[in-house]
Amino acid sequence: MSASVTWVAILVGAVGCYVWKIAGLSVPARVLAHPVVERVADLLPVALLSALIGVQVFGSGHSLVVDARLLGLGVAVGLLVLRAPFIVVVLGAAATAALVRLL
Amino acid sequence: MSGGPGSAGRRGIVREGIAVGVATGAYGLSFGAIGVASGLDVWQTAALSLLMFTGASQFAMVGVLASGGSPWSGAATAVLLGTRNGLYGLRLAPLLGWTGWRRTAAAHIVIDESTAMSVNRDSAADARTGFLSAGLAVFALWNLATVVGALAGTALGDPRDLGLDAAVGAAFLALLWPRLRDRTNRVVAVLGAAVALGLLPFSPAGLPVLAAAAVAVVVGVLAPRPDPTEVPGPDDLPAGGVHR
Repeated sequence: MSASVTWVAILVGAVGCYVWKIAGLSVPARVLAHPVVERVADLLPVALLSALIGVQVFGSGHSLVVDARLLGLGVAVGLLVLRAPFIVVVLGAAATAALVRLL
Repeated sequence: MSGGPGSAGRRGIVREGIAVGVATGAYGLSFGAIGVASGLDVWQTAALSLLMFTGASQFAMVGVLASGGSPWSGAATAVLLGTRNGLYGLRLAPLLGWTGWRRTAAAHIVIDESTAMSVNRDSAADARTGFLSAGLAVFALWNLATVVGALAGTALGDPRDLGLDAAVGAAFLALLWPRLRDRTNRVVAVLGAAVALGLLPFSPAGLPVLAAAAVAVVVGVLAPRPDPTEVPGPDDLPAGGVHR
């Protein structure tokens, strides 16, 4: 991918995210405050984040693999259960995967 | 600000906002490092924090790129994840009462933290103070931390040796975790991951994640029970800072 395409996509994504923010502050509440709209907006992050987890942890090109990343995710689950802060969860998963690859 | 009956409380609100900003900075470090690990350069990573400025969307963009997806599917995923900020704006509009250029500028810092620190305030003045102190503190420290993290990530070498590829999944899980208390959300999470993994072998990279959005739409339309948007309050911000 060329750097300029990436730049344009970054700008388009940024504008798109800003449009949501300014729309919320600007449009009359009844336009967006529909129960179905609210439910879908609540569920979108859940579906997208779990899809991203799946692809990040198991994806390797077009195949599914189990490797050190899954152990990292397991450690992340444990740290979240222990209510560790975000940065500890992320570092714990990275350190786990790095160590497993060293062994 | 001195002398008025509300000034002591006002200072407390500002202090809370700065504390939230500091906590979020640590998270910005990881975004910067993961951004360059996904193939973006330092400038592009920094531009995402400066211009997109909404954590989950930024992580989604670099996550899609890291798994080989096109910048366009990354941008589309980021925009889909940004819908919640629109609903936050709906709640904030009557509280803040801004119009014109103030509203145009304020919109950029409509995020979880600024929303959490301004809803549940007793007055419009306190709501504005909470919104601005948290929003501006997070903006300053998030951007600073992104640059530091990106420079460090560039200097550190092969991201795989550092386990940064595993860090991306953990970051998404940490963002998802608080939402998994709800049963419907758990079902949607399982279905979303299943759709993405099921499509992965057959579709262009980036598409499986976008397709998972359909799960949210279908369940959102079919689910019978009312489920008003949960706007985060101060108690919903854990010590580590959540910037989803």
